[in-house]
Amino acid sequence: MRIAWLELRRRPSRFVTATAILALLATLLMLLGGLLDGLLGGSTSAVAAQRGDLLVFSSTAEKSFVRSRIPPAQQATVAQVPGVAEVGGIGVAQLAARVPGKGPRDLADVALFGYELAPRGVPAPPGPGEAYADSSLERKGVRTGVTIEVGPARTPIRIVGTVNGLSYSDHGTLWSSADTWRTTINANLPEAGVGPGVFQALVVRVDPGADATAVAGRIDRATGGATESLTVSDAVDAIPGVSQQRSTFNQIIGVTVVIAVVVVALFFALLTVERTVLYGVLKALGATSGTLFGGVVLQGVVVTAIATAVGAGIALLLAAVIPPGTIPYTLLASRVLSSALFLLFAAIFGCVFSLRRVLRIDPASAIGGGQ
Amino acid sequence: MTTVGQEQEQPPRPALEMVGVRKIYKMGDEEVVALDHATLMIGADEVVALLGPSGSGKTTLCSIAGGLLAPTAGSVVVGGQDITGYNAKRLAKFRQETVGFVFQSVNLVPFLTARENLLVVDQLGRRTGKAARDRADQLLEELGLADRRDNLPSQLSGGQRQRVAIGRSLMNEPQLVLFDEPTSALDTELGEQVMELIRTEMKSRGTAAVVVTHDERIVHYTDRTMHITDGVLHA
Repeated sequence: MRIAWLELRRRPSRFVTATAILALLATLLMLLGGLLDGLLGGSTSAVAAQRGDLLVFSSTAEKSFVRSRIPPAQQATVAQVPGVAEVGGIGVAQLAARVPGKGPRDLADVALFGYELAPRGVPAPPGPGEAYADSSLERKGVRTGVTIEVGPARTPIRIVGTVNGLSYSDHGTLWSSADTWRTTINANLPEAGVGPGVFQALVVRVDPGADATAVAGRIDRATGGATESLTVSDAVDAIPGVSQQRSTFNQIIGVTVVIAVVVVALFFALLTVERTVLYGVLKALGATSGTLFGGVVLQGVVVTAIATAVGAGIALLLAAVIPPGTIPYTLLASRVLSSALFLLFAAIFGCVFSLRRVLRIDPASAIGGGQ
Repeated sequence: MTTVGQEQEQPPRPALEMVGVRKIYKMGDEEVVALDHATLMIGADEVVALLGPSGSGKTTLCSIAGGLLAPTAGSVVVGGQDITGYNAKRLAKFRQETVGFVFQSVNLVPFLTARENLLVVDQLGRRTGKAARDRADQLLEELGLADRRDNLPSQLSGGQRQRVAIGRSLMNEPQLVLFDEPTSALDTELGEQVMELIRTEMKSRGTAAVVVTHDERIVHYTDRTMHITDGVLHA
């Protein structure tokens, strides 16, 4: 191990090529992850931020807010189900809004939510005709104090505060009371109108320690199969396009990890071939294959760690310089960590390909034996 | 005859005893006998030359004596330790602790200094730390390399590299040191100096040595010469 470490320190130039290629792969991995998280955040962050364990849709809605309707009686039934701690209605309407000072064609696409249980980062519902606006709408002029006109009926909504990082289907969100949402949807989308007390879905918090999946089953049985209850993460995946985006990006990320494995495997296989004589001598002096392989893994891990640090630096730099709202790029700490773990796996797995070669080196080769 | 109160002096234990050692390689359906019933004994501080042409089996004999190869038949005892049935792991430990090697092309680790090349032996084996560092410094001093201890092999002359290799072979205080063509890469004068050094170092430490060579001139520096031809050893 010490010999391998000294080689890294004294002959860094030998490892520059592999480090550079792995740094590019690390950058690509984090860039892809950042794009995926950015895209998913733009589509799902408003749903993912719900402070609940379950989302309840009507069973015929195919997990869609637009098609789902939950009448007050059903909400009351759900509230009585054992294991349910709290229930709040939620609904959303996607509309275009006119912004003061902007031209008639320069509309802001908004997703207006009406809610009872406040999601993470959102205060309690505001007063009638008021809403909190997501900060992503600021570049469209939607900021605290302005009154925008929503939809073709030009329903006035006054912005009374700002929330951060909450989007839905790539629309910036507005968060209003249930009554404001109903008034707005009925005025602007009469074909999708909702009656008094009706919501599109319910956010359910279960009792502490209760099994959310079991509670979901009880809710659906209690409503006689009129509802379909999902965990919040399943509801996020049910948003149109989310699974496809995730699947596509994960496949590209998977291929990138495989390429990293191949790079590490090829590089260290070549180094091992180069070191056949040296390893023969060290084995003759008493080194075990395990010791030598440990050195290879150490070098692989150190090279990959340096490459990952460089890749993370570049990815963070990109996150800092990309103007907000231009490219859906969100670099999360969890993404950097998972990319680092993927690359660490690639380093160790790649080195394993050198193990057979190390095992096969005959110590007798050091003095020309075995002939 | 021994009298009461007088300790009986034990004869020194041989450094190497090989009895009826055979080594057969399989090459396809054919068997090649590389070493044929070799029997020899080398005393505790004996320096022996092993002469033979290329392919005669001298390297095979040396490899078996050093625990690098397992014999097909026969027994091998080094410093009183019967290594005949040792597996790869025990042989590795045996090599760490009991024998020293000096290879034909020296084969120092190129990115380690002279001192670190000596310390490799300790790092692979007993890990005695300061004791090993002191021993490395002492060996380098004795070999006239004290002022070269921090030089890389590329900064040393051929003779200096050979001396570092000799120092490395002595780091684990071996019972037996095996020299594989130690003078083949050196000119005559340097070769003689190295052989003189080998003899002096072995004799001063009471360590046995086998010097594998095809150079008849070095026999002047050894106590005994053995010849090997077609795998058959002639005393």
